[in-house]
Amino acid sequence: MNYSEKEIKDLENKAKDVRRLIVQILARAGSGHPGGSLSATDLISVLFFKKLNYHLNELRWKGRDRVHFSKGHACPLLFVLLSKIGHFPEKELWNLRRLNSILQGHPDKRTPGVEISSGSLGQGLSVAVGMALAGRLDKMNYSIYCLLGDGEVQEGEIWEAAMSAAFFKLDNLCAILDYNKFQIDGRVEEIMNIEPLVQKWQAFGWNVLEIDGHNIKEILKAYDNFKTAKEKPTIIIAHTIKGKGVSFMENVVDFHGRTPTEEETEKAMKELR
Amino acid sequence: MQYQRNVYGKALVELGRENKDIIVLDADLSSSTRTAFFAKEFPERFFNMGIAEQNMMAVAAGLASCGKVVFVSTFALFAAGRAWDQVRNTICHNNLNVKIVATHSGISVGPDGASHQALEDIALMRVIPKMSLIVPADAPQTKQAILAAAKHPCPVYIRLGRPKVEDLDKQDFRIGKANIIKEGRDISIIACGIMVKQALDAANILSKEGIAARVVNMSTIKPIDKEIIFDCLKQTKGIITAEEHSIIGGLGGAVSEIVSEIPTKKVVRKIGTRDRFGQSGEPQELMKEYGLTAQDIADAGREILMKNV
Repeated sequence: MNYSEKEIKDLENKAKDVRRLIVQILARAGSGHPGGSLSATDLISVLFFKKLNYHLNELRWKGRDRVHFSKGHACPLLFVLLSKIGHFPEKELWNLRRLNSILQGHPDKRTPGVEISSGSLGQGLSVAVGMALAGRLDKMNYSIYCLLGDGEVQEGEIWEAAMSAAFFKLDNLCAILDYNKFQIDGRVEEIMNIEPLVQKWQAFGWNVLEIDGHNIKEILKAYDNFKTAKEKPTIIIAHTIKGKGVSFMENVVDFHGRTPTEEETEKAMKELR
Repeated sequence: MQYQRNVYGKALVELGRENKDIIVLDADLSSSTRTAFFAKEFPERFFNMGIAEQNMMAVAAGLASCGKVVFVSTFALFAAGRAWDQVRNTICHNNLNVKIVATHSGISVGPDGASHQALEDIALMRVIPKMSLIVPADAPQTKQAILAAAKHPCPVYIRLGRPKVEDLDKQDFRIGKANIIKEGRDISIIACGIMVKQALDAANILSKEGIAARVVNMSTIKPIDKEIIFDCLKQTKGIITAEEHSIIGGLGGAVSEIVSEIPTKKVVRKIGTRDRFGQSGEPQELMKEYGLTAQDIADAGREILMKNV
């Protein structure tokens, strides 16, 4: 598909709006994970605003596309987008991480629009395999999109799931790997190197796409490519910047799990204007 | 004498015929767990996940989240141990319709030894919120438990053994309901799984000595039948629990948790493995070595009554 400059610009603006909300609600919550939410923002915003198949008036429609955040700690991003498409009012976002809130610290089924909880890393791709098998058994055309972290692929279960998805030829499954190069303890390559990543997924039998995860056009084209892939699951290995969009958070490992102060939030809002 | 596993395999086929949403997963043990029966009849609804239990459990969760009724089988040690986090965080936290039917539990696995003898799985599964836990005593009860679990739209762990077992419990099975299979007013033996047979034998030994033991088949460990425990406390002089599992965290633990909440001077004596790993041997030899025989139960019964005098 071709995309006009206007469409691209529009998506960029929407993503910026999503980033503003992520920073604000995390600042309000006082804890949470900004770095890995901001790095995946372009990837998932494009998905929600442009590619996802769902019915606004019937959000639990059986034929809906499924989105599962295997890297559950990026849920502020998911929550902002779920509210944007109408699963719950935007004012709920300010209750993130509070007692009895529908918005928990990691994805939880109590949140309208969250398919299944996550947070313990490495399990989400397996869940997505199960959803993909169910879709095929039911002869439904929905797609399953599963967001993975880069550090997360250090978990052995990811590779069990990768093996099974290719074995079952699940071409309705699209994994999105947010390759921001950092995990809590430091740079991924220094903690436990995961390279060569492209070759690993290719060797496991996947359709592998390597893109700039902040280039809207490349993201759109990658999702289009996934739709044309046959008999193979797709993985989009997206090179991203941790904390993308807020200069003082970018590539700063501290912001994996620290929220901004009031002053920092103000500064971030200026940058995201 | 019948294998619980055979009955399980056949029940799955029956369920599969009635409900096209029944899906079965196994991790390369389908010939041992007997899910192979289902695989043969419904190949499109059976998935052999290979030797990858963690993936299997979370795949089951994904299937269940899309409306499937998923039966997952492997040996008890790998179901409850290897994939515990997946069972907790992905199946139970989401209260999904997944039935984990674990075979080859306990010491009676025999010659395969410690690595394959799950003596901790009741404890591991029981502690997770939303999980129900059933340990059928015989083959007919296994069938009833499988059918009941299929109708219960929440996570269930069903613990089966490897050896053949005698048909013992002629009453109906209901999740959460224990059955008194032998009446007696001196002492109560609350047992589960293959230990129900040992409990009955113990009751026979004791009856020759003039002691009337009640035998309770506590087939559901969670939710446990509290009423029957209270009745046993009220109506008899003490309780012996008997399980093919560690006395830490298993049936004995569960019964003690209930008893500890009410004022009573009566005791609960636990028959089970005592903080030890298993080892190779023939099932009967192992039952003796680990203190799991009818004689061990009878001894415990006598002791309780002596202290009561």
